[in-house]
Amino acid sequence: MPQDALAKTGVTIRPADAGDAVAGVQPTWVALPESTEEVAALLRVAAEHDLAVTPVGGGTKLDWGPPPERCDLLVDLCCLNEVLEYAAGDLVVRVQAGITLEALNRHLAPQNQELALDIPVPGTTVGGLLATALCGPRRFRYGAPRDLIIGITVVLADGTIARSGGKVVKNVAGYDLGKLFTGSYGTLGVITEATFRLHPLPPHRRWVTTKTGPDLGALAVQLARSQTEPSAIELDWSSGSPDCTLALLFEGASAASRAAAIPITPQPETSDDPPTWWNRLPDGPTLLELRVPPGSVGTLVREVTSAPMTGHALRGSVASGVFHLAVPDTRRLPALRDRVEALGGRLIVLSGPDGGAGRWGTISALDLMRRVKARFDPDRRMSPGRFVGGI
Amino acid sequence: MVDQLTGRLREVLPDEAVITDPVRLRTYECDGLTYHRATPGVVVLPETAEQIAAVVRLCQEFQVPFVARGSGTGLSGGALPRSDGVLIVTSRMRRVLSVDLDARLAVVEPGVTNLAITEAVRDAGYYYAPDPSSQQICSIGGNVAENSGGAHCLKYGFTVNHVLAVELVTPDGDIVDLSAMDAGYDLLGAFIGSEGTLGIATKITVRLSRTPEAVTTMLAAFTTIEGGGRAVSAIIGAGIVPAAIEMMDALAIEAAEAAVKCEYPAGAGAVLVVELDGPETEVETQFAQVERICREADAFEIRVAASAEERAAIWKGRKSAFAAVGRISPAYIVQDGVVPRTALGEVLAGIDRLQEEFGIRVANVFHAGDGNLHPLVLFDDGVAGEGERAEIVSGRILDLCIEHGGSITGEHGVGVDKSRYMPRMFTDEDLDTMQLVRCAFDPGNLSNPGKVFPTPRLCGEVPVVRKGPHPFEAELL
Ligand SMILES: Cc1cc2nc3c(=O)[nH]c(=O)nc-3n(C[C@H](O)[C@H](O)[C@H](O)COP(=O)(O)OP(=O)(O)OC[C@H]3O[C@@H](n4cnc5c(N)ncnc54)[C@H](O)[C@@H]3O)c2cc1C
Repeated sequence: MPQDALAKTGVTIRPADAGDAVAGVQPTWVALPESTEEVAALLRVAAEHDLAVTPVGGGTKLDWGPPPERCDLLVDLCCLNEVLEYAAGDLVVRVQAGITLEALNRHLAPQNQELALDIPVPGTTVGGLLATALCGPRRFRYGAPRDLIIGITVVLADGTIARSGGKVVKNVAGYDLGKLFTGSYGTLGVITEATFRLHPLPPHRRWVTTKTGPDLGALAVQLARSQTEPSAIELDWSSGSPDCTLALLFEGASAASRAAAIPITPQPETSDDPPTWWNRLPDGPTLLELRVPPGSVGTLVREVTSAPMTGHALRGSVASGVFHLAVPDTRRLPALRDRVEALGGRLIVLSGPDGGAGRWGTISALDLMRRVKARFDPDRRMSPGRFVGGI
Repeated sequence: MVDQLTGRLREVLPDEAVITDPVRLRTYECDGLTYHRATPGVVVLPETAEQIAAVVRLCQEFQVPFVARGSGTGLSGGALPRSDGVLIVTSRMRRVLSVDLDARLAVVEPGVTNLAITEAVRDAGYYYAPDPSSQQICSIGGNVAENSGGAHCLKYGFTVNHVLAVELVTPDGDIVDLSAMDAGYDLLGAFIGSEGTLGIATKITVRLSRTPEAVTTMLAAFTTIEGGGRAVSAIIGAGIVPAAIEMMDALAIEAAEAAVKCEYPAGAGAVLVVELDGPETEVETQFAQVERICREADAFEIRVAASAEERAAIWKGRKSAFAAVGRISPAYIVQDGVVPRTALGEVLAGIDRLQEEFGIRVANVFHAGDGNLHPLVLFDDGVAGEGERAEIVSGRILDLCIEHGGSITGEHGVGVDKSRYMPRMFTDEDLDTMQLVRCAFDPGNLSNPGKVFPTPRLCGEVPVVRKGPHPFEAELL
């Protein structure tokens, strides 16, 4: 009996309830491991008994993506929440995957350091962040989660514990499993530990906010080109409003003077605090991620804002070309995807119904991805069906 | 096998693109790591991705291994050819295909040199950030394969942080795009740094960076290496991320002086090259801090470049360091280990002990900001036994790096040179798991076999791969 075998691992197991559902699919058990070894023990049992497994962190994005084909065991990483090693002098931290980003940054703040990733969903854990590879405004300056992870520990579907990378920033020994697992939606294995490169907390931060019309392509290019080095250039717009709001963040000793120097007339507002919408996903039944080459941002914004439907809300980086769009219904998704792909971009349905449009858009390397999945999880037990092409 | 294959190669490539002349073959027998040599079975010089795909498909048909080669500057034997295989050289694929400044990207062929990308966009105020010291010659395809860094990667990151898409010929001979734009696994991230073992990059989209408003370069001289080390720690501790912090010890300075007359301050036990860049106001503030920190760490001389020429003069000694040790030693090994920055002092002391124990001199040049050491292990290949002792010292240095939680390579790659050290850093499970990726891309183990991994994993049956949408997908619509 799987239940007995699970109990024998010594890991706390409880029966699952409706609150544990993964995109509507209720698992049978929830396990609360406290170490990488315990996760491995659980996954060995799962392999023996052909249990399908979904790892969960803060549970903030469990309704994202398509439901799993099946889910017997939810591996809840909330108890793996420690900072394992923090070398402030090396600007490196190694943590367990269940720690929340908020808790991690509280740990780092006394040394005036941070993990320079903005998390648009409060309560996100390191594991959840890595699995979904979600980014916030400062991606423009510091990169995405894959750019700051330097080491990873994972447990594969058969219980194998594997590590790659290490705890030094510069390291090219072996394949980079950290990148492979970042954005893998729990379909390759369970991320149990990660090591990150940190950044010093900037001595000052200053936001500049201004209203603009939807024809902001040239302005976006000009701002992204600016040698005043903004850390983020974000847009906020919702249906019913003729204008877009642009907000720029400057960081550093001279944040205020650089903020004052940006070439926008009339003189924009500046503040030591972010606008209320900063680093928050727009709200709506279906949430899309739109990615376009930065040169096409103007066209995208113009087209989205010129045919608004009630309940449309767009937010994102005019510098990186990554936006989130909340839509009230899915009727126009196929047409919008065609447009975005014609601009050289991609439209991804992060959460909510996709209306039959499909979630992920065109993927050139889908066949290679299926082959990777088949090697890592030949029995298709890790969050099966949750990812691209039914992976 | 190779002979039969060669005939078929001539069907898919123009005659002059297939090299079999033994004298010409020999020019490809090694990369920058010259003590590993092999004459390739045959060399091809393709001009298009389609030609590379055709060559790779023939290799599959004949079950012959293939190795990609860019400019051959690699320092780990990654491009070491196989005498029973095909060497695919990208030197005829040197076009910058397009530049889009609004999108801050350029699309280039794999044989384009690193510096050529910057040269194509410099006048418009942009550059390609990763800057290996070999940038005038090394190819972007080689950079992608090695995930190359450079002096400025402390602030700006490595090749993997600046490549947005790669078109590759898979080991099956298919042409596929790996793009950061696409949803799905980050195969782009896995491919970069895979040292030619997952296929051949045929087109690369790189991110262009804006030229910083201000750049300040300074040279600080210390009587001891400890002084330099203290300054580095204090700079990082102050929350400053310079574009580069490079350090050289007395022996490396001596070599650079002999080779290029860099005129670093006399009597220095260590020099530090610190470069700050960014918005003018930011650089000014940080510069004042760095200068104060260096003085507090007992720098006895500080020079600040007042012009581009003076900046070049400061960098000259550092950039020539590898070649320069040729002036003070008949032969040398370039090592490439990494340690946590805070362990630098202990590791350098350990290297000193090794020098004494084995009677071998080591000149130290390093990217101090990120703990990437390039110890140059000097020896006389005319003296019996010295080469072997130098090899031992070189290996022990890697052990020191691993003991202190570091890595056996920060930027030069594993290649053939370091595959035997991989088990010291990783467990069998780690290595087997990495090789699952290889099995997915190259189950027949034909793409640059024998590199990176000490023992190839047998890939076994190709698992059944489900094609088409997941059955539930239709129901959910
Ligand atoms: C003096 C000197 C200084 C150096 N300084 C630095 C430095 O500062 N930082 C640094 O990181 N490196 C440095 N290097 C190492 C070297 O220049 C880099 O590794 C460089 O990226 C190699 O490029 P290449 O074109 O010469 O590649 P090669 O040597 O030709 O090949 C290197 C590897 O890449 C593979 N490869 C080549 N092209 C492709 C392709 N199109 N697709 C797939 N695989 C391919 C090969 O199979 C091989 O495994 C230095 C080397 C020298 C000689």
